Amino acid sequence: MIRKIISFILIVIIAAGIFFSLREIPFGAAKSKVREYYLDNGIEQTGATNVVTSVVVNYRGFDTLGEVTVLFLASIGLSAILYRRKEEKRKKRRKSSLILYTGCRFLFPLILLFGSYIFIHGHLTPGGGFQGGAIVASGFLLIMLGCWGWEGINRNRFKVTESLSGLVFVIVGLLGLFYGGYFLLNYLPKGIPNQLFSAGIIPIIYIAIGFKVGSEIAGIINDMVRSG
Amino acid sequence: MIILEIILVFVMLVGAVFAGIFKDLLNAVIAAGFVSFIAAILFYFLHAPDVAMAEASIGAALTVAIFVIAIKKTKRFEEDDKKDN
Repeated sequence: MIRKIISFILIVIIAAGIFFSLREIPFGAAKSKVREYYLDNGIEQTGATNVVTSVVVNYRGFDTLGEVTVLFLASIGLSAILYRRKEEKRKKRRKSSLILYTGCRFLFPLILLFGSYIFIHGHLTPGGGFQGGAIVASGFLLIMLGCWGWEGINRNRFKVTESLSGLVFVIVGLLGLFYGGYFLLNYLPKGIPNQLFSAGIIPIIYIAIGFKVGSEIAGIINDMVRSG
Repeated sequence: MIILEIILVFVMLVGAVFAGIFKDLLNAVIAAGFVSFIAAILFYFLHAPDVAMAEASIGAALTVAIFVIAIKKTKRFEEDDKKDN
Protein backbone atom coordinates (compact mmCIF):
# COMPACT_ATOMS: atom_id res chain seq x y z
CA MET A 1 0.00 0.00 0.00
CA ILE A 2 2.77 2.43 0.95
CA ARG A 3 4.60 1.61 -2.25
CA LYS A 4 1.52 2.48 -4.30
CA ILE A 5 1.09 5.82 -2.54
CA ILE A 6 4.75 6.69 -3.03
CA SER A 7 4.63 5.80 -6.72
CA PHE A 8 1.43 7.83 -7.16
CA ILE A 9 3.06 10.88 -5.57
CA LEU A 10 6.13 10.45 -7.79
CA ILE A 11 3.94 10.25 -10.91
CA VAL A 12 2.10 13.44 -9.88
CA ILE A 13 5.41 15.25 -9.33
CA ILE A 14 6.75 14.14 -12.73
CA ALA A 15 3.49 15.12 -14.48
CA ALA A 16 3.56 18.56 -12.84
CA GLY A 17 7.18 19.01 -13.89
CA ILE A 18 6.44 18.10 -17.50
CA PHE A 19 3.36 20.31 -17.54
CA PHE A 20 5.08 23.41 -16.16
CA SER A 21 8.14 23.03 -18.38
CA LEU A 22 6.14 22.42 -21.55
CA ARG A 23 3.69 25.24 -20.83
CA GLU A 24 6.36 27.80 -21.64
CA ILE A 25 7.01 26.44 -25.13
CA PRO A 26 4.79 28.05 -27.76
CA PHE A 27 3.78 25.13 -29.96
CA GLY A 28 2.97 26.02 -33.54
CA ALA A 29 4.35 29.56 -33.32
CA ALA A 30 7.06 30.59 -35.73
CA LYS A 31 10.06 30.88 -33.45
CA SER A 32 12.94 29.47 -35.44
CA LYS A 33 14.54 31.12 -38.45
CA VAL A 34 15.84 27.86 -39.90
CA ARG A 35 12.35 26.70 -40.88
CA GLU A 36 11.84 29.69 -43.15
CA TYR A 37 15.31 29.18 -44.59
CA TYR A 38 14.48 25.59 -45.54
CA LEU A 39 11.11 26.55 -47.02
CA ASP A 40 12.58 29.41 -49.05
CA ASN A 41 15.80 27.84 -50.27
CA GLY A 42 15.17 24.08 -50.01
CA ILE A 43 13.93 23.44 -53.53
CA GLU A 44 16.54 25.70 -55.08
CA GLN A 45 19.50 24.28 -53.16
CA THR A 46 18.68 20.57 -53.17
CA GLY A 47 16.27 20.15 -56.08
CA ALA A 48 13.86 18.05 -54.00
CA THR A 49 10.28 19.31 -53.99
CA ASN A 50 9.49 17.44 -50.77
CA VAL A 51 11.17 19.72 -48.25
CA VAL A 52 11.01 17.07 -45.52
CA THR A 53 13.16 14.80 -47.67
CA SER A 54 15.66 17.55 -48.40
CA VAL A 55 16.02 18.16 -44.66
CA VAL A 56 16.25 14.46 -43.76
CA VAL A 57 18.70 13.41 -46.47
CA ASN A 58 20.59 16.55 -47.39
CA TYR A 59 20.68 19.19 -44.65
CA ARG A 60 20.61 16.65 -41.81
CA GLY A 61 21.98 13.65 -43.70
CA PHE A 62 24.54 12.79 -41.05
CA ASP A 63 21.76 12.43 -38.45
CA THR A 64 19.99 10.06 -40.80
CA LEU A 65 23.13 7.95 -41.03
CA GLY A 66 23.12 7.77 -37.24
CA GLU A 67 19.44 6.78 -37.23
CA VAL A 68 20.05 4.00 -39.73
CA THR A 69 23.00 2.83 -37.63
CA VAL A 70 20.77 2.61 -34.55
CA LEU A 71 18.30 0.44 -36.46
CA PHE A 72 21.18 -1.71 -37.76
CA LEU A 73 22.52 -2.26 -34.23
CA ALA A 74 19.04 -3.16 -32.96
CA SER A 75 18.59 -5.71 -35.72
CA ILE A 76 22.07 -7.21 -35.17
CA GLY A 77 21.52 -7.41 -31.41
CA LEU A 78 18.16 -9.10 -31.82
CA SER A 79 19.49 -11.73 -34.19
CA ALA A 80 22.48 -12.30 -31.87
CA ILE A 81 20.09 -13.00 -28.98
CA LEU A 82 17.70 -15.16 -30.98
CA TYR A 83 20.34 -17.05 -32.95
CA ARG A 84 20.47 -20.77 -32.45
CA ARG A 85 22.88 -22.89 -34.40
CA LYS A 86 20.95 -26.13 -34.38
CA GLU A 87 17.58 -26.08 -36.01
CA GLU A 88 15.19 -27.88 -33.73
CA LYS A 89 12.61 -30.34 -34.88
CA ARG A 90 9.35 -28.52 -35.25
CA LYS A 91 5.95 -30.04 -35.29
CA LYS A 92 4.36 -30.18 -38.67
CA ARG A 93 2.45 -27.00 -39.23
CA ARG A 94 -0.93 -26.87 -40.84
CA LYS A 95 -0.87 -25.84 -44.48
CA SER A 96 -2.69 -22.60 -45.18
CA SER A 97 -5.86 -22.80 -47.19
CA LEU A 98 -5.95 -22.23 -50.92
CA ILE A 99 -7.68 -18.85 -50.67
CA LEU A 100 -5.16 -17.52 -48.13
CA TYR A 101 -2.21 -18.90 -50.09
CA THR A 102 -3.38 -17.42 -53.40
CA GLY A 103 -4.32 -14.10 -51.81
CA CYS A 104 -0.92 -13.71 -50.18
CA ARG A 105 0.90 -14.59 -53.37
CA PHE A 106 -1.24 -12.12 -55.30
CA LEU A 107 -0.79 -9.26 -52.82
CA PHE A 108 2.93 -9.69 -52.10
CA PRO A 109 4.31 -8.18 -55.38
CA LEU A 110 1.76 -5.36 -55.22
CA ILE A 111 2.88 -4.41 -51.70
CA LEU A 112 6.52 -4.57 -52.80
CA LEU A 113 5.71 -2.34 -55.76
CA PHE A 114 3.90 0.19 -53.55
CA GLY A 115 6.73 0.28 -51.03
CA SER A 116 9.38 0.77 -53.69
CA TYR A 117 7.25 3.46 -55.34
CA ILE A 118 7.21 5.32 -52.04
CA PHE A 119 10.96 5.24 -51.52
CA ILE A 120 11.86 5.89 -55.17
CA HIS A 121 9.61 8.97 -55.24
CA GLY A 122 10.77 10.12 -51.81
CA HIS A 123 12.04 13.45 -53.13
CA LEU A 124 8.77 14.26 -54.92
CA THR A 125 5.89 12.98 -52.81
CA PRO A 126 5.37 12.38 -49.08
CA GLY A 127 7.18 9.37 -47.75
CA GLY A 128 10.68 8.07 -48.25
CA GLY A 129 13.11 5.39 -47.32
CA PHE A 130 11.83 4.66 -43.83
CA GLN A 131 8.15 4.53 -44.78
CA GLY A 132 8.71 2.59 -47.99
CA GLY A 133 11.03 0.16 -46.22
CA ALA A 134 8.41 -0.46 -43.53
CA ILE A 135 5.78 -1.18 -46.19
CA VAL A 136 8.13 -3.62 -47.95
CA ALA A 137 8.74 -5.34 -44.61
CA SER A 138 4.99 -5.63 -44.02
CA GLY A 139 4.74 -7.39 -47.37
CA PHE A 140 7.36 -9.88 -46.17
CA LEU A 141 5.37 -10.27 -42.94
CA LEU A 142 2.24 -11.11 -44.93
CA ILE A 143 3.97 -13.76 -47.02
CA MET A 144 5.73 -15.24 -43.98
CA LEU A 145 2.42 -15.65 -42.16
CA GLY A 146 0.35 -16.72 -45.11
CA CYS A 147 2.54 -18.69 -47.50
CA TRP A 148 5.86 -19.85 -46.12
CA GLY A 149 4.42 -20.52 -42.71
CA TRP A 150 6.64 -20.40 -39.65
CA GLU A 151 9.67 -21.73 -41.50
CA GLY A 152 11.09 -18.36 -42.48
CA ILE A 153 13.85 -17.78 -45.00
CA ASN A 154 17.60 -17.71 -44.85
CA ARG A 155 18.70 -14.84 -42.64
CA ASN A 156 21.91 -14.25 -44.57
CA ARG A 157 20.01 -12.84 -47.53
CA PHE A 158 18.57 -10.10 -45.36
CA LYS A 159 21.96 -9.38 -43.81
CA VAL A 160 23.67 -9.13 -47.23
CA THR A 161 21.05 -6.71 -48.58
CA GLU A 162 21.25 -4.63 -45.43
CA SER A 163 25.03 -4.39 -45.45
CA LEU A 164 25.25 -3.59 -49.16
CA SER A 165 22.70 -0.77 -48.94
CA GLY A 166 24.45 0.64 -45.88
CA LEU A 167 27.70 0.59 -47.85
CA VAL A 168 26.03 2.47 -50.72
CA PHE A 169 24.92 5.20 -48.28
CA VAL A 170 28.42 5.59 -46.80
CA ILE A 171 30.20 5.44 -50.17
CA VAL A 172 27.92 8.07 -51.73
CA GLY A 173 28.59 10.29 -48.72
CA LEU A 174 32.34 9.72 -48.87
CA LEU A 175 32.37 10.61 -52.58
CA GLY A 176 31.03 14.00 -51.52
CA LEU A 177 34.04 14.31 -49.24
CA PHE A 178 36.24 13.49 -52.22
CA TYR A 179 34.60 15.90 -54.67
CA GLY A 180 33.79 18.94 -52.60
CA GLY A 181 35.31 18.67 -49.18
CA TYR A 182 32.48 17.61 -46.93
CA PHE A 183 30.50 14.48 -46.18
CA LEU A 184 27.21 13.97 -48.10
CA LEU A 185 27.78 16.89 -50.45
CA ASN A 186 25.15 16.92 -53.20
CA TYR A 187 27.63 16.69 -56.06
CA LEU A 188 25.37 15.28 -58.79
CA PRO A 189 23.41 17.69 -61.05
CA LYS A 190 20.17 18.89 -59.45
CA GLY A 191 18.08 18.64 -62.62
CA ILE A 192 14.62 20.13 -63.02
CA PRO A 193 12.48 20.00 -59.86
CA ASN A 194 9.42 17.71 -59.92
CA GLN A 195 11.07 15.19 -62.22
CA LEU A 196 12.03 11.67 -61.23
CA PHE A 197 15.69 12.15 -62.12
CA SER A 198 16.40 15.23 -60.09
CA ALA A 199 17.77 16.28 -56.71
CA GLY A 200 21.26 14.79 -57.19
CA ILE A 201 22.19 12.17 -54.63
CA ILE A 202 18.93 12.33 -52.64
CA PRO A 203 17.07 9.57 -54.57
CA ILE A 204 20.13 7.29 -54.48
CA ILE A 205 20.49 7.63 -50.72
CA TYR A 206 16.76 7.22 -50.13
CA ILE A 207 16.64 4.06 -52.25
CA ALA A 208 19.57 2.70 -50.22
CA ILE A 209 17.74 3.60 -46.98
CA GLY A 210 14.58 1.92 -48.28
CA PHE A 211 16.41 -1.34 -48.99
CA LYS A 212 18.20 -1.12 -45.66
CA VAL A 213 15.13 -0.47 -43.52
CA GLY A 214 13.06 -3.04 -45.40
CA SER A 215 15.64 -5.80 -45.04
CA GLU A 216 16.29 -4.89 -41.38
CA ILE A 217 12.65 -5.04 -40.28
CA ALA A 218 11.95 -8.10 -42.42
CA GLY A 219 15.05 -9.71 -40.88
CA ILE A 220 13.81 -8.91 -37.36
CA ILE A 221 10.43 -10.50 -38.13
CA ASN A 222 12.15 -13.49 -39.74
CA ASP A 223 14.38 -14.00 -36.69
CA MET A 224 11.37 -13.84 -34.39
CA VAL A 225 9.36 -16.24 -36.54
CA ARG A 226 12.18 -18.77 -36.76
CA SER A 227 13.20 -18.73 -33.12
CA GLY A 228 11.67 -21.16 -30.71
CA MET B 1 -12.86 19.59 -38.35
CA ILE B 2 -11.57 20.67 -34.94
CA ILE B 3 -14.44 18.76 -33.26
CA LEU B 4 -13.41 15.59 -35.12
CA GLU B 5 -9.84 16.08 -33.93
CA ILE B 6 -10.97 16.49 -30.31
CA ILE B 7 -13.10 13.33 -30.55
CA LEU B 8 -10.14 11.42 -32.03
CA VAL B 9 -7.84 12.60 -29.24
CA PHE B 10 -10.31 11.37 -26.60
CA VAL B 11 -10.75 8.02 -28.36
CA MET B 12 -6.97 7.73 -28.47
CA LEU B 13 -6.71 8.45 -24.74
CA VAL B 14 -9.32 5.77 -23.98
CA GLY B 15 -7.36 3.29 -26.12
CA ALA B 16 -4.13 4.15 -24.32
CA VAL B 17 -5.74 3.66 -20.88
CA PHE B 18 -7.22 0.31 -21.94
CA ALA B 19 -3.82 -0.78 -23.30
CA GLY B 20 -2.56 -0.44 -19.75
CA ILE B 21 -5.57 -2.02 -18.03
CA PHE B 22 -6.07 -5.22 -20.05
CA LYS B 23 -4.79 -8.42 -18.47
CA ASP B 24 -5.04 -10.26 -21.79
CA LEU B 25 -1.83 -9.14 -23.51
CA LEU B 26 -3.26 -9.73 -26.98
CA ASN B 27 -6.04 -7.23 -26.29
CA ALA B 28 -3.51 -4.78 -24.86
CA VAL B 29 -1.38 -5.00 -28.02
CA ILE B 30 -4.42 -4.42 -30.21
CA ALA B 31 -5.36 -1.38 -28.11
CA ALA B 32 -1.81 -0.01 -28.51
CA GLY B 33 -2.03 -0.53 -32.26
CA PHE B 34 -5.35 1.30 -32.25
CA VAL B 35 -3.68 4.26 -30.51
CA SER B 36 -1.02 4.31 -33.25
CA PHE B 37 -3.71 4.20 -35.92
CA ILE B 38 -5.56 7.21 -34.46
CA ALA B 39 -2.20 8.99 -34.08
CA ALA B 40 -1.55 8.42 -37.80
CA ILE B 41 -4.92 9.97 -38.70
CA LEU B 42 -4.17 12.95 -36.45
CA PHE B 43 -0.74 13.43 -38.04
CA TYR B 44 -2.44 13.50 -41.42
CA PHE B 45 -4.86 16.18 -40.20
CA LEU B 46 -1.91 18.18 -38.89
CA HIS B 47 -0.40 18.29 -42.42
CA ALA B 48 2.42 15.82 -41.72
CA PRO B 49 1.82 13.02 -44.26
CA ASP B 50 5.41 11.75 -43.95
CA VAL B 51 5.04 11.12 -40.23
CA ALA B 52 1.54 9.72 -40.75
CA MET B 53 2.85 7.10 -43.16
CA ALA B 54 5.66 6.10 -40.82
CA GLU B 55 3.27 5.88 -37.86
CA ALA B 56 0.68 3.84 -39.76
CA SER B 57 3.16 1.35 -41.22
CA ILE B 58 5.46 0.92 -38.22
CA GLY B 59 3.25 1.71 -35.23
CA ALA B 60 -0.03 0.22 -36.34
CA ALA B 61 1.19 -2.71 -38.46
CA LEU B 62 4.71 -3.94 -37.77
CA THR B 63 4.90 -3.31 -34.02
CA VAL B 64 1.59 -5.08 -33.47
CA ALA B 65 2.75 -8.01 -35.59
CA ILE B 66 6.06 -8.30 -33.71
CA PHE B 67 4.24 -8.18 -30.35
CA VAL B 68 1.74 -10.80 -31.50
CA ILE B 69 4.56 -13.12 -32.58
CA ALA B 70 6.26 -12.58 -29.21
CA ILE B 71 3.00 -13.33 -27.34
CA LYS B 72 2.49 -16.48 -29.41
CA LYS B 73 5.95 -17.66 -28.36
CA THR B 74 5.51 -16.81 -24.67
CA LYS B 75 2.39 -16.41 -22.49
CA ARG B 76 -0.84 -14.71 -23.32
CA PHE B 77 -2.26 -13.76 -19.92
CA GLU B 78 -0.64 -11.53 -17.37
CA GLU B 79 -0.60 -13.05 -13.90
CA ASP B 80 -1.97 -11.29 -10.84
CA ASP B 81 0.78 -10.82 -8.34
CA LYS B 82 -0.91 -10.65 -4.97
CA LYS B 83 2.34 -10.29 -3.08
CA ASP B 84 2.49 -6.63 -4.02
CA ASN B 85 -0.25 -5.50 -1.62
